[in-house]
Amino acid sequence: MTTATLPVQTKKDFQTDQEIRWCPGCGDYAILSAVQSVFPELGIPREKFVVISGIGCSSRFPYYMNTFGFHTIHGRAPAVATGLKVARPDLEVWVATGDGDSLSIGGNHTIHMLRRNVGLKVLMFNNRIYGLTKGQFSPTSEAGKKTKSTPFGSLDRPFHPLSLAIGAEATFVARSVDVFQQHLKDTLKKAAAHKGSAYIEILQNCNIFNDHAWETITEKDARSEHVVQLEHGKPLIFGKNRDKGIRLNALELEVVSLGNGFDEKDLLVHDEHDPRPAYAYLLSQMELRPGFPTPIGVLRSWENIPCYEDVVAAQIQDVQARRGKGDLAKLLRAGDTWEVESL
Amino acid sequence: MSTTAIRPPQRKREVIEQAVIRFAGDSGDGMQITGSQFTNTVALYGNDLATFPDYPAEIRAPAGTLPGVSGFQVHFSSSDVYTPGDSVDVLIAMNPAALKMNLADLKPNGILIVNLDDFGETDLRKAQMTVNPLEDHSLDGYRLFPVELTKLTRAALKELGLDNKSVDRCKNFFALGMCYWLYNRSMETTLRWIESKFKSKPTIVNANRMAMQAGYSYCEATEAFQISYEIPPAKLSPGVYRNISGNVALAMGLVAASVKAGIPIFLGSYPITPASDILHELSNYKDFGVITFQAEDEIAAITSAIGASYAGALGVTTTSGPGMALKTEALGLAVAVELPLVVCNIQRGGPSTGLPTKTEQADLLQALYGRNSEAPIPVLAPSSSGDCFWIAVEACRIAIKYMVPVIILSDGYLANGAEPWPVPSVEDLPEIPVHFETNPENFQPYRRNPETLARPWAIPGTPGLEHRIGGLEKQDVTGNINYEPLNHERMVRLRAEKVAAIVQDVPDAVAEGDDSGDLLIVGWGSTRGPITAALQTQRAKGHRIGHVHLRHLNPLPKNLGEILGRYDKILVPEMNMGQLVMVLRAKYLVDAQGYNKIQGKPFKQSEIERKIDELLD
Repeated sequence: MTTATLPVQTKKDFQTDQEIRWCPGCGDYAILSAVQSVFPELGIPREKFVVISGIGCSSRFPYYMNTFGFHTIHGRAPAVATGLKVARPDLEVWVATGDGDSLSIGGNHTIHMLRRNVGLKVLMFNNRIYGLTKGQFSPTSEAGKKTKSTPFGSLDRPFHPLSLAIGAEATFVARSVDVFQQHLKDTLKKAAAHKGSAYIEILQNCNIFNDHAWETITEKDARSEHVVQLEHGKPLIFGKNRDKGIRLNALELEVVSLGNGFDEKDLLVHDEHDPRPAYAYLLSQMELRPGFPTPIGVLRSWENIPCYEDVVAAQIQDVQARRGKGDLAKLLRAGDTWEVESL
Repeated sequence: MSTTAIRPPQRKREVIEQAVIRFAGDSGDGMQITGSQFTNTVALYGNDLATFPDYPAEIRAPAGTLPGVSGFQVHFSSSDVYTPGDSVDVLIAMNPAALKMNLADLKPNGILIVNLDDFGETDLRKAQMTVNPLEDHSLDGYRLFPVELTKLTRAALKELGLDNKSVDRCKNFFALGMCYWLYNRSMETTLRWIESKFKSKPTIVNANRMAMQAGYSYCEATEAFQISYEIPPAKLSPGVYRNISGNVALAMGLVAASVKAGIPIFLGSYPITPASDILHELSNYKDFGVITFQAEDEIAAITSAIGASYAGALGVTTTSGPGMALKTEALGLAVAVELPLVVCNIQRGGPSTGLPTKTEQADLLQALYGRNSEAPIPVLAPSSSGDCFWIAVEACRIAIKYMVPVIILSDGYLANGAEPWPVPSVEDLPEIPVHFETNPENFQPYRRNPETLARPWAIPGTPGLEHRIGGLEKQDVTGNINYEPLNHERMVRLRAEKVAAIVQDVPDAVAEGDDSGDLLIVGWGSTRGPITAALQTQRAKGHRIGHVHLRHLNPLPKNLGEILGRYDKILVPEMNMGQLVMVLRAKYLVDAQGYNKIQGKPFKQSEIERKIDELLD
């Protein structure tokens, strides 16, 4: 019904008149552009969109989206967005956050949002550095990294965001890259179509404090050797000449060369709906092992898990169906009362 | 069975005005239930009353030990009751530890009922007693009734075939039955409660019923008590009453406000003593469309409520001091984005975890000032358990009208204490108009209502009103990010003026007692009862004393300064180190004196009387 009467919306409808204050060359511009391109294609009226953010460079995002927007406080965007979505399930709520905001100060809210399966789409800009505070290591920075706060190297073991999301029972987990515009847009559309929480890690370059962080993935010549694109129903193949594949060997993934006794049918065929919790986790840890590519695309998409806002509404409807709608006069006089007669 | 049995004529039945009973026992002895049941019975009979439940923070400290003692005190009367009572007429001590912890509060010649079966050597040792007080004449100044509560309960229930552990759990009902006999009260209310509470367990219904009736019959048959008492109903104003505790009243007030405003309540909360009961209550009101969200932490509790308010619901969060500390940053956000929000702090003893189950009112300065930068928030405080209802309604009304977060400061004593409450009718409640902005023409998110300085409530989903808000400083009117020095000062002042403008809705303070004279007592929150009681006795002595009890702590009533000037001395009793007194001295340049008690317990009437004596004699 809504879509039938919806005026045609364009990317321009989602741009604001606010001056964009990201550094020139920042990966955030590309992400903004992709989101502004995708929103008009979703068939949802502009006023139904709400973009919620926390603190950090990524969290300036709402100011540049001509939708409803709320720039909240550090780490709390998932909690604010949960209250919003539960109170108004009709709204299309997106969260813009970063590796510090989502995984450090807001780690608790992130995991609880995911386990509840609140219908929020989370764009987690991962640049592996603290940008807005000018260059300290983040929870995704590699061990040993030298930053302003770690002149002798970081001693922290990093988080792997998608492993964390999967461990938190996330029902939709995906990864894309700021400069892979078409892939990013496709991934955003898939997230939008998902019922429940969608957690999208977007590898994003901070050209000021952590330039080249994702170079092995984004560099044109190296890209095909270092990235495997996950496509539902298709085997995991990568390499410049598409001559390498990934197969499952017992409980481990294994890179094999095609043609040397292996062909496509030996390879792992990606199933984003695979109900086994370990499957997506294996994918999320793949790039940590030597010789393995970084997977991008949808690692997991579990459908048919009720989303939180729906079960909250259903419980209220159920109680109202059984008890009738609340009657204040009755409530005030509920329980044991007594009457003092006038003399 | 008839509960108003005809008693032998030789036994005296004396009509008295009032009594204070304290049930004290181990945490596992069911003292809170026993006290609540006695309270409901005397409330339904028409007595005025006040209660003081006092229980340990430990769920089950080792049985029989001093830290495990739980108590419930009821003061009921045929005239007005202001406090749970300074000392008690009847003490029921279920074990030596309960006796040791509570004996000091028993009046000379007071009635002392002890469970004789629990005064063995081991029981005494657990209570760190070397001599049996039942044998060394140390209790000679009291009317001591050693009763074999355990043995008698077991005998009464033996035909049920229950194990001893289950049977022994009923001995509190035996004691309750005795008290019903002692004060000539019907057991009907409690029988009904037992039947509904244990309806799926008929054996337990029978066990508790039989234990209570056995206690009643024991008094009847043994002639242990030669006297029983009758306390006629109080002359309360006409109307319908119910017995209500502060937390229940607060929850009902929130629901009532939601109905009057026509928008749902969204409660974001994280369990914490003594506020959790509000979460429990509200989670049962789904028929009113109440959304309760037990968040992952205190911060998510408040921020989810802010998100819900942004969406057009009425966001509420409930907590106690430690949780309030965690919510601080989010409170600042609510101030900056100017959304309605109701924050309930049910204060307890601190600092840190402090005294979780004990009362205190030491979070006033935190509520008034405890945020980074200039972040003024209106603060309200209920002055009785029943007043929690009205304060909740008022907080919601102010939050919506002025687009502002509002803090309610209740405390553990009000939260758990109960009193008879005149039930209002729906028509008695104020209107709470809600206006969601819908007109996109010339819409500006920070254009203010000239009277209230409130910004429009422009909720997501409204076509043409797409806009951005956030914690960064905003340009006046447009709400766009703005760091200009003069704009910042203007916004800081506007936010302060908006909160100050609420004074137009704050009723003038009225001094009870004398409207000028020797002494003005200024109180807030749960100290109302003991101050009122002390005022009456002291004025009867000829002192000219007034009492102002503040329900609005920010902004303060506009005539308060003028009232302060009408008395020679000003006394501010508080359960803290002197917080309101500091505010009054700073704001009005008056020589107000503090009177401070920081013991996790409410003031006694006598303590305030003594302080008045000290100041005036």
